[in-house]
Amino acid sequence: MAAGAEQLSERSAQPPESSRVTVIRPSSRWPRLDVSELWHYRELLGTFVWRDIKVRYKQSAIGVAWAVLVPVFTAAVYIVILGRFAKLPRATLPYPILVFSGLLPMQYFTSSLTGSSMSIVAGVNLVTKVYFPRVLLPLGAVIVPIVDFVFGFIVLLVLMGWYGTWPGGPVIVLAPLFLAVAFITALGIGLFLSAVNVRYRDVPYAIPVFVQVLPFLSGVLFDVNHIREKWQWILAFNPMTAVITGWRWALLNGPTPNLARTALGFAVALVLFLGGLAFFRSTEPRFADTL
Amino acid sequence: MATAITVEGLAKRYRLGQYRAAYGTLRDSLALATRRLARGEHEHHEDPELWALKDVSFEVAEGDVVGIIGRNGAGKSTLLKILTRITTPTTGRAEIRGRVGSLLEVGTGFHPELTGRENIFLNGSILGMKRREIATKLDEIVDFAGVEKFIDTPVKRYSSGMYVRLAFSVAAHLEPEILLVDEVLAVGDSEFQRRCLGRMEDIGASGRTVLFVSHNMQAMTRLCDRVILLDGGQVVEDGESSAVVARYLQSGLGTGSTRRWDRESGPGDDLARLRSVRIVDEHGRQIDAADVRQRVGIEVAFTVLRLGEPIFPKLKVLDRHGAVAFNVMDTDQRWRTPATPGDYVSTAWIPANLLNEGLTSVDVSICSIGTPKLHPHAAERSAVAFHVQDPGLGDSSRGEYSGQWTGAVRPLLDWTVERA
Repeated sequence: MAAGAEQLSERSAQPPESSRVTVIRPSSRWPRLDVSELWHYRELLGTFVWRDIKVRYKQSAIGVAWAVLVPVFTAAVYIVILGRFAKLPRATLPYPILVFSGLLPMQYFTSSLTGSSMSIVAGVNLVTKVYFPRVLLPLGAVIVPIVDFVFGFIVLLVLMGWYGTWPGGPVIVLAPLFLAVAFITALGIGLFLSAVNVRYRDVPYAIPVFVQVLPFLSGVLFDVNHIREKWQWILAFNPMTAVITGWRWALLNGPTPNLARTALGFAVALVLFLGGLAFFRSTEPRFADTL
Repeated sequence: MATAITVEGLAKRYRLGQYRAAYGTLRDSLALATRRLARGEHEHHEDPELWALKDVSFEVAEGDVVGIIGRNGAGKSTLLKILTRITTPTTGRAEIRGRVGSLLEVGTGFHPELTGRENIFLNGSILGMKRREIATKLDEIVDFAGVEKFIDTPVKRYSSGMYVRLAFSVAAHLEPEILLVDEVLAVGDSEFQRRCLGRMEDIGASGRTVLFVSHNMQAMTRLCDRVILLDGGQVVEDGESSAVVARYLQSGLGTGSTRRWDRESGPGDDLARLRSVRIVDEHGRQIDAADVRQRVGIEVAFTVLRLGEPIFPKLKVLDRHGAVAFNVMDTDQRWRTPATPGDYVSTAWIPANLLNEGLTSVDVSICSIGTPKLHPHAAERSAVAFHVQDPGLGDSSRGEYSGQWTGAVRPLLDWTVERA
């Protein structure tokens, strides 16, 4: 019945959307996010994500295998070099698990951040030729790396089985929460940098530097609970520290994170997200003119 | 009848500084800021401004097919970019009632690695179609483009002709209530262009509202009931299409492929006066668009009024960005000595495979050699303009490639190949 009615209205002279009035006016001073419009464009977001995933795996010969090989090799390098030679604080978790579990959200974060920062400039042909909410480009770019994350996660499960490291109980339901924080942090910074990149093409040079330093400031290679407290507070300003510590706690029964420091990390993430979004929305009307 | 599009006092300002240094590096900006600080300049430097649109107002009734014409830089594209919401106006407002489909380019978002089928879905949803809608129209789209056999081949292996056909086909199956179109007919070979025009006619006839920007005056009078003429960002004429087009072509605003002046009013001094300039093909027929693979004639007719110093026709050919492709003068022996008074017609033949694609415009003058510069006796900037098109059959200098091809000229060269 419902389907029939829908078809009928599509065929009639007055389709439902004809009541749609588009009002065009100068961009407002105050940025706001039109959620209903984003909902209207959800299929396009899906299409962007689908395109990027498809292109990514189509162009490489071994495709999906890279999603597994990259984190495995990176982890192997860290484990062998740092695990053997560096004098790192002792951890309760087996070192390979510690590193690999930290590396997964980190790699998700860095590829999301890189992808979303480049998204507007990379989509120049779209931005200057057709309208859609520009937020879709950076948003799509932080969704795409989830695929790689899932493949890496399978490897992590295997490692967990090997070392016999299992979740400590119901806290596991919090694991996705920490990943969500990584998501909004990457999106927030990505929104900001993608807008900056339209005007200043310095962004592609700056990001690799940032991305290389970040694992050392996020507790990927060590357990933050085992460093001096002063340093723990400094690292707590980095949302990824809270993400990685919390994720290890929820998933691997790792040491319980400090509540205040976690809250601080989350707060920074929220500020980055809202700030990035506001900046993006306020510069968005000029993208097509500047690109 | 209900109004589909209302435009009220629309204006768009570009800051030229921002425009010119569209993107720089942070270092440049910092350096500039530091210099200003050092000089103690605190006041804000106002960048020079350009009003691409000024107080443009009009209404389009539901079901009307309206054309927008004007020379390059008249504000046509800016208007369309505002109505399609790619950019925002500086002041004014517009209201569009109904589902909008816009077409500023065919093949927007096409990805070379994806197959034809995948690109149909990608491009379709970028243009605002729903997945389900695309799925039901898939066969029709493929059929119209004539690429059945290659539908699962990545489009990077398509010839440029196939690529354009597929891209247009997706766009042609967009069924919005209001369609905003820019110059899409300037692609493909003439046969394909005819089909595109036909398709546009169908769309217009089906009662949809169409706003259509083009340089193709023939298409304008054929497709549109009403034409709006823009110049300097303002509406200068708005009315019945053949009347507005005619006025445009006579007014000198036009960058049409032909220009004609009255014997008395043509540009010139007491020595020489221009009568007409036309773009012609090899058979001397006037053309709007030239196939890149064929030579094009620029025919200049002028009158020499008295015996004076030696004069000669000179042309400056500009590419689609307004950059000078080349200057050329008529080097015929006849012009070495003062010409006897009378009418002359001088035609310059631009060889095949020389100009790049796009709108090419020509500045025409009748000059004598002065010191230190040429002395123009009769001159007209942008006297004529014509489109250079590549049918995309693979025998031009871009081969099978259909993407961007920069350069003012694109000659077809002889290559020698040896196995080293």
